[in-house]
Amino acid sequence: MTNKNIKLSEISDIFKKLDVEELEGVTIEGDIELDISGGGGLNPALAYALGHEAAQVSLHVANIARMLGYPVDQLFATSMGAVPAAETTRPNVLDELIPSKFEVSKVAEWNNSIEEVTLGATSADGGSRKNTITLGGENALPYHFDGEMPHRNYVTMDVFDMPIGMAKSVKENYEDVINDPADWAKKVVNDFNADMVTIHLISTDPLINDTPAREAAKVVEDVLQAVDVPIVIGGSGNPQKDPEVLEKAAEVAEGERVLLASASLNLDYERVAKAATDYGHAVLSWTQLEINAQKELNRKLMKQCGVPRDSIVMDPTTAALGYGLDYAYTNMERIRLAGLMGDDELTFPMSSGTTNAWGARESWMKESPMNEDSNWGPREYRGPIWEIITGLTLSLAGNDLFMMMHPTSVEVLKEITQTLFGSVETESLDITNWIGTEV
Amino acid sequence: MKLNSPLEAYKYLPGTNCGECGETTCMAFASHLIDRSYKLTDCKPMVKVNKYSKKFDVLKQLLAPEIHEVEIGVGERAVKIGGDDVLFRHKLTFFNKTALAYDVWDTMDEKDLVERIKKIDDFKKFYVGEFLTLDMIAVRSTSNDPEKFAATVKKVIDTTDMPMVLCSFNPAVLRAGLDEAADKKPLIYAANQDNWQEVAELVQEYDVAVTVFAPNDLDLLKSLAGTFSGMGIKDIVLDPGTFPTGKELKTTFNNFLKIRRAGINGDHDIAFPIMTVPMTAWMVYDDDVSASYWETVIASIFSVRYGDIMILHSIEPYALLPQLHIRDTIYTDPRTPVTVDPGVMEVGSPDANSPVIVTTNFALTYYTVESDLASSKVDCYILVVDTEGIGVEAAVAGGQLTAEKIKRDFEAAEFDLKTRTNYNTVILPGLAARLQGDVEDVLGANVLIGSADSGRLPGWLETNWPPTKK
Ligand code: B12
Ligand code: SF4
Repeated sequence: MTNKNIKLSEISDIFKKLDVEELEGVTIEGDIELDISGGGGLNPALAYALGHEAAQVSLHVANIARMLGYPVDQLFATSMGAVPAAETTRPNVLDELIPSKFEVSKVAEWNNSIEEVTLGATSADGGSRKNTITLGGENALPYHFDGEMPHRNYVTMDVFDMPIGMAKSVKENYEDVINDPADWAKKVVNDFNADMVTIHLISTDPLINDTPAREAAKVVEDVLQAVDVPIVIGGSGNPQKDPEVLEKAAEVAEGERVLLASASLNLDYERVAKAATDYGHAVLSWTQLEINAQKELNRKLMKQCGVPRDSIVMDPTTAALGYGLDYAYTNMERIRLAGLMGDDELTFPMSSGTTNAWGARESWMKESPMNEDSNWGPREYRGPIWEIITGLTLSLAGNDLFMMMHPTSVEVLKEITQTLFGSVETESLDITNWIGTEV
Repeated sequence: MKLNSPLEAYKYLPGTNCGECGETTCMAFASHLIDRSYKLTDCKPMVKVNKYSKKFDVLKQLLAPEIHEVEIGVGERAVKIGGDDVLFRHKLTFFNKTALAYDVWDTMDEKDLVERIKKIDDFKKFYVGEFLTLDMIAVRSTSNDPEKFAATVKKVIDTTDMPMVLCSFNPAVLRAGLDEAADKKPLIYAANQDNWQEVAELVQEYDVAVTVFAPNDLDLLKSLAGTFSGMGIKDIVLDPGTFPTGKELKTTFNNFLKIRRAGINGDHDIAFPIMTVPMTAWMVYDDDVSASYWETVIASIFSVRYGDIMILHSIEPYALLPQLHIRDTIYTDPRTPVTVDPGVMEVGSPDANSPVIVTTNFALTYYTVESDLASSKVDCYILVVDTEGIGVEAAVAGGQLTAEKIKRDFEAAEFDLKTRTNYNTVILPGLAARLQGDVEDVLGANVLIGSADSGRLPGWLETNWPPTKK
């Protein structure tokens, strides 16, 4: 073949030879050799890049031609039906939609499942619970089309073994039961639809009442009597006292497969783990917003203490909306993604102390302490929604179990997580003309 | 963006290490291009020197975010949406906070309209050194009458400089609105299967951004977006429909995931910002509290998962506060440290009789304390202790807030309690009460324990300051 290759920049030389004054200083930016002989070898990306460059150059050349007085716009209008000229105002509208097919692939790297952890035991398994609850089992981020979520999210409601300080709008719901943990437990199950109950043995803290472990264990027995849902047993958070308290509690709850809260790196986690394995319970592995600490503690629980994989739930810590939820959210999301991608030190269901939301001043303060702030409105509506949004955000990161306090928060959080889970049926809604909605 | 490493970007830079960008080497600059903390135009030689202009264009293309960035409005209040490069914030950060637009409608009477706009425009909430505010007004045509719509749009323009979304499916109504507002660069809502040609014409004539709407039909959505791109329209926003309840909401959620994943993975036709309309909650709930709650729930879901702009109805503070906070939560740059500089700060004009308050250099703690005091017009000194960015309670537990560190930072600031103040007294946060004895010993000063929350500190000072003993 004898085809002549011409570089685009040579075109400008040709123009220059025409000696037009306006062309002084004009350079053509592209400098590719146009030698497209066809027959493959041109990948789509390169073709796109080439096309782009050619189009740019042709625009440039067209502008030069326009300067030379050639009726470029008419030419374009007739040859392509489109006018790339700068001056035109006549809109360019296609006659028909360009058809399209939307496609997207599933995430290939999510090929590891989260452990399933079952809490509670029925009479068939030597316990006295009416039902069990299974957490975990996911093989994708929550509610994602990439995988089926085998179990919904669950809510365990807080019960304390002594009256504690609470935000006003929380307290209102518990005034009648505040002195009786068993009645309190009944109330959250029967009236507020709690899936589980957490009994917090906070009076055992040496700085509070220093209730002996043996006495605290009686409260656990009362709660197990009062309700037939699976339970969580929490200490006071005192690292010296908690192992002893949880041991005694684990003993009296033998056979009921409770969740012991918690083993952490700053206490004798071995004792807590042993109490769980000796009496057949699961253990909550609690760390403070740090993925490597979470791996370390889980590893120790498994390797050093021999806790089976189906008996570990993680609490990577919940910080309230506006008070570090960004850390808590991302920490959980990273943990869940690592688990799904095969880090088997992190493939456990997660639990959140969603009640922490009540620590945020926006949830409990009567009004903003700042004069410049707009009015914060009534706190009885602010508090519950603070707890809901804190929980909802973490549910999107992969959290399975929520420890909560306010009945409205529980109701709405259950409604939304079950909606995303796919078990809420509603009538179909026509939104095509939502703009016209009268409100 | 199409680049993965600084090296790939470096290839296109001048390589002269001239330092004009503020970095000592082009390689350092390249790494900031990758983490998007610098813009290409920050390299002046690339902009000015002719021989680099071709490389500039190529690099600009390669650096462009996967999700197209769209600007709405003009001037200081203009908002940018889209511009993201990742699916998870920890992989980089999310750019351009979800824009929150609150609705008004053209059948409102004028007084209500103006009052509502003002409420939306004025709403603010102090947080970590700045005010969180709402972004936009969405004007809905409920009358379907071009004149009414135009009058409402005009009233909005006269009342606020917030950017607008003009909402109607009727091109004649949209045109009437655009006649009033085109120079304010509003976002048009929306082109759908029926009106797309007329809307496309308007968009080109007035040069504004446009939303394409295809409720739960991703093929059609992509087709609309592709067709608009094909006509040379660049600023496109996608609305796959926000169904507020039941399985339809689950599907909506997954539509958002699918669109964003495809966009980030390189499907150009769908790589645009996404709109969500949580206000559809008002089509199902009739009492205000339930509707506001559910609307906020939907808004939160789509602040987390890929909503770039949303239209909302409730302006109750209990809905606005969480909406503002959740989008701030998700869009906070996880790479920037959250500390302030340690030292002694002055609030108001303190003198020798003013209280001296101790707090941490965690930005959230510091700004909360500072603003609580400033807002109540308390004159005082604040010692900001370098706790490595940890808040009070965790710093006490973790040993970053101790008597020695308090002493160290007073000394570093050359602030001598005995000569600078008349009371030789410091006030510790209630949550640091257990440091009291230590601090007394180490500083040789009196120590008072303030409230647990700094919001109550001004009130506490009224009864406890000045102290009884000198
Ligand atoms: C976020 C968080 C963390 C983050 C900290 C991030 C950060 N930059 O601070 C991380 C993950 C790092 C963390 C780690 C730890 N944490 Co932590 N953490 C929290 C959490 C969830 C929120 C704390 C917070 O940010 N509050 C918001 C800020 C603004 O509050 P603030 O600084 O206290 O300021 C307020 C008041 O103090 C007051 N104030 C401030 N200054 C002043 C001054 C005066 C004069 C007055 C009057 C008032 C005042 O007003 C402010 C505004 O309200 C709390 C639990 C909770 N929900 O509260 C646990 C918590 C604080 N952590 C705790 C613990 C034990 C730890 C660890 C020791 C855990 C461990 N074993 O590893 C480590 C220590 C790490 C370290 N120091 O190096 C415990 C503390 C228990 C205790 N009482 O001692 C808590 C309470 C959790 C718990 N229930 O056990 N933690
Ligand atoms: S300004 Fe440009 S050329 Fe100069 S050092 Fe920075 S990146 Fe390199």
